[in-house]
Formats: sequence, C-alpha cells, structure tokens
Amino acid sequence: MYVAVKGGEVAIDAAHAWLAEARRGDTALPELSTAQIEQQMTLAVDRVMAEGSCYDRGLAALALKQARGDSIEAAFLLRAYRTTLTRFGHAAPLDTAAMGITRRISATYKDLPGGQVLGPTFDYTHRLLDFALVAEGMAPADVPERAADEAAIPRVSELLAREGLMQREAAAEAEPSDLTREPLTFPADRSARLQNLARGDEGFLLGLGYSTQRGYGNAHPFVGEIRQGGVMVEFTPPELGFAIEIGEIDVTECQMVNQFHGSLTEPPQFTRGYGLVFGSGERKSMAMALVDRALRAQELGEDITAPAQSAEFVLYHSDNVEATGFVEHLKLPHYVDFQSELENIRAMRASVTKAAE
Amino acid sequence: MEAGYNFAYLDEATKRMIRRAILKAVAIPGHQIPFGAREMPLPYGWGTGGIQVTASIIGPEDTLKVIDQGADDTTNAISIRRFFARVADVATTERTAEATIIQTRHRIPEAPLREDQILVYQVPMPEPLFRLEPRIAETKRMHALADYGLMHTKLYEDIARLGRIGTAYNYPVMVNDRYLMSPSPIPAFDNPKMDRMPALQLFGAGREKRIYAVPPYTPVRSLDFEDHPFRAIRAPHACTLCGSAASYLDEVVTNDQGGRVYVCSDTDFCRAEQEKAA
Amino acid sequence: MSALLKAEGLSLRFGRVSALDDVAIAIWPGEVLAVVGESGSGKSTLLRVLSGQQLPEVGTIRFDGADIHAEGEAALRRLLRTDWGFVHQNPRDGLRMAISAGGNIGERLMSNGARHYGDIRAQAKDWLARVEIDPARIDELPRNFSGGMQQRLQIARTLVTRPRLVFMDEPTGGLDVSVQAKLLDMLRALARDLGLAIIIVTHDIAAARLLAHRIVVMRHGQVVEEGLTDRVLDDPQHPYTQLLVSSVLAA
Repeated sequence: MYVAVKGGEVAIDAAHAWLAEARRGDTALPELSTAQIEQQMTLAVDRVMAEGSCYDRGLAALALKQARGDSIEAAFLLRAYRTTLTRFGHAAPLDTAAMGITRRISATYKDLPGGQVLGPTFDYTHRLLDFALVAEGMAPADVPERAADEAAIPRVSELLAREGLMQREAAAEAEPSDLTREPLTFPADRSARLQNLARGDEGFLLGLGYSTQRGYGNAHPFVGEIRQGGVMVEFTPPELGFAIEIGEIDVTECQMVNQFHGSLTEPPQFTRGYGLVFGSGERKSMAMALVDRALRAQELGEDITAPAQSAEFVLYHSDNVEATGFVEHLKLPHYVDFQSELENIRAMRASVTKAAE
Repeated sequence: MEAGYNFAYLDEATKRMIRRAILKAVAIPGHQIPFGAREMPLPYGWGTGGIQVTASIIGPEDTLKVIDQGADDTTNAISIRRFFARVADVATTERTAEATIIQTRHRIPEAPLREDQILVYQVPMPEPLFRLEPRIAETKRMHALADYGLMHTKLYEDIARLGRIGTAYNYPVMVNDRYLMSPSPIPAFDNPKMDRMPALQLFGAGREKRIYAVPPYTPVRSLDFEDHPFRAIRAPHACTLCGSAASYLDEVVTNDQGGRVYVCSDTDFCRAEQEKAA
Repeated sequence: MSALLKAEGLSLRFGRVSALDDVAIAIWPGEVLAVVGESGSGKSTLLRVLSGQQLPEVGTIRFDGADIHAEGEAALRRLLRTDWGFVHQNPRDGLRMAISAGGNIGERLMSNGARHYGDIRAQAKDWLARVEIDPARIDELPRNFSGGMQQRLQIARTLVTRPRLVFMDEPTGGLDVSVQAKLLDMLRALARDLGLAIIIVTHDIAAARLLAHRIVVMRHGQVVEEGLTDRVLDDPQHPYTQLLVSSVLAA
C-alpha cells in the first residue's frame, strides 16, 4: 500500500527494480547500446546536450538510455553530472564565421556568397511514414558529393552591417555571466540572457517565440541566416597566456533580422535576435533568436506588453530541470499543509451554513 | 499516384467540408471562415492552408503551378508541386498562362490572371489586426462592427513617426468596402493586382484554421490617407536577365564587397520576357 | 425640450449586494449632472449601466427616446464613438499608451471615417491647444506626460468628435489638488462652450458644486436625494446628504 512514506525503503527499492526492468523492455530483443543512441538518435542526443548544458555525446547518449528516452530526465542527469566537474575558465568567443558548414540557409536573399546549403534537413520531406524503415539492414542512398568551400562563408548579418543596415553588437569587455556559478539577477545582461536561453527548454522557447509571431510582442522577424557545422573552441590557460585549440564542437547559429527600429531623427536599422545551440538544434536556435530579440524590448525603447518581452517571466521559467522539479514536486506528500486547509474550509463552510439558517 | 491515399491526399468528406468553407468565404468577400484544418504531411507554416484549399478544388484535368517568392524553382514550391504530382497525379506547369490553379506563397504572378484561373494563397496569419489586437475574440467583434479606426491609427502613427506608411508587405486591404483583410505577406507592390482581378482568389491558413476569399472582379483597396496615398514599392532597377523595369525584383548579393544584381522574382515572367527579346 | 438620456427602474444585484435599487435618472441637453456618494454607493455601477457597458437586471435606458440596447451591440458601439464619450478615472484606461498624443486624438476621428492625414493632425493640434497641452508635443507618447496632462489628453480624445453626452468617472480622482482645480475649470469652460451634457460621478462635493447644475445623491444603490446643486448642498434634506455635506465642511 502507498500509505506511509515512512518505511518506504522496500517500496523504493522495488520501484527502482521495476524501473530497470521497464527500461530494458523485452529481453528477447537485443539491448540498445549507447553507441547506437549516439549514432542513430543524434537529434535527441543534441537536445540533451543543449538542455543539459554539457557538450559530450557519449554522456548524453548514456543519459538518454538511463532516462528511457525522456529528454528532460536525461538533461537533468547530465546537469547533475556536469555540476561535479571542475571549472577551468571560459573559452574565447566562438568564431562562427569560420564554421565548417554542413547547412547554411538565408530566407532574406535568394542567393548570396557561399550559397544556400540545405544539408541533412527534414524541411522538404513529405511527412509520410516510411514503412521501408521498419525493415532493417538497408543502406542509405548515396549522398551527392558537395564541392568543399574554399573560403570562409560571410555571415548575412555582416553583409547588412557593412551597409550600416544592421545594428552591430558592442563587444563586451567584461567576463560573460555564468549562471551555473552565479544566480540570475535583474536586470540581466545579454550574456546572462543568452546563456539562460541556450540552456532553456526547447518547447518553452518555441511557445514563447511563436507567441511573438502571433502578436504577443511586436516581432517582424526574418531568418537572416541559419548555419550549422563545426567550430573550433579556443581556450587560454592562465599558465600559458595564449589561446590554444582544445577541440571542435558542432553548433547551430540563427541570426534573425528584425524590422527597423527608428524614428524621424534616428535612421532606421535592422536589429538582431541571436540563437546559438549545441548540435543540430535548429528549431531551438530559431526560437531562441526570437525570444532574444523580444527580450531586447527595453533597451530598444519598445513597450513591454507581452510575456516573451518580460525578462523575469522568460528567464525564470525557461529552465526545464527547474520547472520539472517544481511542477513534479506537487506529487510529494503535502499532508500537513492540506490538513490545515481542510480545517480551514470546514470552519468557513460551517459559519456560512450557520448564517444562512 | 501514391497507393493507399485518396486523390489529392484528403478524403472526400474533408474536401466537401473545405469546399463549404470556401463557398461561404466567396459569399462574404474578405470575411474569415473558420474550418477544421487537418494535420498535413508538411509542417505548419509550409503552406498547409494553401495545400488543403488546393487539394479540395483540384480535379484530374487541372494543371497546377506552385510558386514561392514568385519562383517555381524554390525548394518549398518544388516540394509542394511534387506532393500534388505524387498524391493527385495532375499535370504541373511553370507557365502562368497554362495553369488552372496557381498556389502561391508571397507573390502574385506578374502576368494578368484570367477568369478560368484560381489563385490560392498560403496564409500564415489571416487576421490583419493581430499586431494591434492579439485577442481573436476582440478582433472578431471589430470585424463584425467594421470598427477599423485602430488600423488607421497605426498608419497615422507610421506617418507621424517615419514620414511614411511603414508597411512594405502584408499591407492591409479593404475588400468590397466592408472587410479588412490580410493579403498574406505579398509585397505591397502586388496589392493593386488583387483589385477587380478576373481570377478567383482563395486564401488558406492551416495553423490558424481559416479560409477567406476574394471573388472575381471584387474591389480591393489598400488602406491609405487621401493626402498620403498608397504607393507600390519596388527596387528602382531593371532586371539583369530580362531588362524589365516594371516587375518586382529580388536582390542577389554577388560577393561580400557589396556587389549585387537585381532579377525578377517571377521566374516565369522573366523567362517570357527574355524569349520576347530573343 | 425632452430628456437626452432617461433611465427608469434600474436594478442590479451582485450576489446579495444591491448595487442599483430601482434607480431613475434623466439628463437634458447641455446639463451637467453630478452623481455623488461614498465608495460602494453604486454610483460607478450606475455610470457603467447608463453608458451601456453593463446590462441592468431590470429597467430601461433611453437616449433620444430610443432604448440603447434595442439595436444590439453594433449600434451601442457606434453611439459610444459618436454621440457619447467616456472619461475614465485612470487616464491609462481611456488612452492608448503606446500611441502618440496625436494618434490618440485622431483614432476617434478615423473611427468615424476621417481619411485625410493633414486634417486629422490639424484637429489633433487644435484640441491639444484647447486642453492646454503644447501642440508641439503631438508626437509624444502619453507616458511622457504628467497625470494631469494625461487626463486632459483623454478629455481631448473624447471630445474631438463633439459628443452630445459625456460620462465621467471621478475624472479628477488621481490628481493633486492644484491640478484638480485647473482641470475642473477647464471642464466647466468646455461644457459651456460646446453645450455638452455631462454625467459626472464623484465623491468630491467641491467638484460637484463647481461643475454641476444638478446633483443626485446615492446610497446603498438608491437615489436618496436629488435637486439643483445649490439647493442640495446648502439645504440638504436627507440625513445622509447632511452627513456628506458636513463632512466636507469639517474637512
């Protein structure tokens, strides 16, 4: 019986055993390896890395396996591991202009230097279930060879900025915020906001970004550019004093171009919403860019009327590990509080009934 | 044709439901009719509304043209054209004059359309007032009462702040002097083509689940002020390929030193102009 | 001359509380009528019911002899943007804070079909001057204005279409005493110059004395006394009116 959380040790052990059994499923079927997850559930792995805020495909695959495929639970596992790691410092800003491109599209120009590269996208697939995938052992069709890029591909935002059409971002001198070390405070600077959004829940950001398109927050966005691929991570160890490359990571960057902000005296300019996510997190990078732009309402002198523009609302509710904890904690025992509520409501009902008589 | 699916993907009962919505929409020009939009095998925002309208009106003898940004060769246009070729096995064309149904995203073809053609627009946000009033219940009331002062106030604010009306696309129109309507995100340049067009214009919004229509020869007026009349905007250049100085142009960046050329966004029009010149 | 607005037998209950209890009220063209009473006396509910924003459970309201609810919501809204005006206690409720002063005044004109930008602007400037706001500030947002200026802007926005009847809910409520006096003077002059009929709800007896031709005293949803302003204030008959008047004198 569920009664009495006291003496529940036996129950907990039994639940964990059951969980392990449920995770494994039918033992007549081969067990899923973390290598298979890493290779064949790549977007799930990417999402766990992004929300778990830790770039390690192997660990993310393990987390997914352990979490029975629940991405929030997996992100939670990864976060819990990450927090035990030593922090050496922070990397140099990623140079996404030097990215080794696997996908690069712009919705604002039909063609542009570097071209449009669709990459491995679902965008133009028809969502008809492909029953051929039920059969195993089929090799995928050959992918046509793509000519290697001879030079770095310029960013669309840079093309606009050179013409003075796009507001340039001021380079911050200060060390960027790190929300894993310091709590969120308000007003939150852009680096804190972007870090929060990059770690934030994809679904939450998607809903918020969507709301800005539907009139809750005044967005007029265009996808200036989305690019995906590998970028080098550089780090300056204090004992060396110069930057060294410590590895390459895959990221997705989205730069949203937003309709001008200007007046009779101030020349109109496009403003930028920015999204950067580990792995192939395109949907999230786009949502993040919409929300980043919405959160700039105050600095750009716009009215704050919508949820997506409210920094407190967005940043306090974006973290799915925090959110799932607080929502799910409601299933923990609340007998004591509820008992006082019971007494209270009985007393109030009694007085009303008495007055009516 | 794809086995296991009805002609044009949707089942016949669904098509009838959508055709009833279309009939209502035609009967009340510019008025948004809610309809039970279906899940489609393409994502919301890719044109599910337009696809459902097209699927409901297309027959085996039709010839379909699909354009996105004015062009037949854009990826999404190709994808939708392939979809219909696959599930309806109809003839497709890139020539405006040959098409009986033209599904479009963001443009109206340059060549004038005829009475025997239907133009189907893909619509992301059917509600023209949503930026000013996001609550659907309230905008419905505003339409019912023809209470459009707020929309004009927005245009007034643009002129006061910027010296001109700041809307360059999805420029709101009055249909038949009664309903305020979103023309979908076509450039304002295309708005005058909607006015008294001989072809039937149908608008489908899948995610927002609305259909609306402009019947043939219906007056469509872009909102403006007497002393700040509506102006169609295009890049002040001629097409590099065909030389047209009247068509709507796309800007193509040629290098990162600021080099750029301008070409017709309507690829079929551009081809025809080049052939005329040749 | 017949009444401009005439209401009879208005009753409305909120749960066990009677907000309006068989209230009858009438106002004639060009007349300023003050409805006074304490908080909870039903005076603000009365204003909402008279202006069609809330339906009474019982009773009728006639404007120009026609039942205001007979023609449906469209007709009522038309009335609200043409022959009627409503001035809220909090200017934020009556203004669009994200739209310039000129746009706020112009909206009512545009709702009534004005389509000439230059004319709309000229009228907006004229009205800004009439409510003593520098016309050079036409493109500023109301949030840059002081509370008194916001209230005057709301009045300009309401009066620009020359309504015949204006409802006002504690229009001086949130303002400093010195600002209140100025606003009351301005309202009195505008009412006289434009021949406006005004129904003003206030708990401020001094404001009522300054503006109103006639006073209605409300308590517990009932009209307990009504009459010409000087008569009611100088020779109150009902004990509650006597209390109201004396509390002002004492303060």
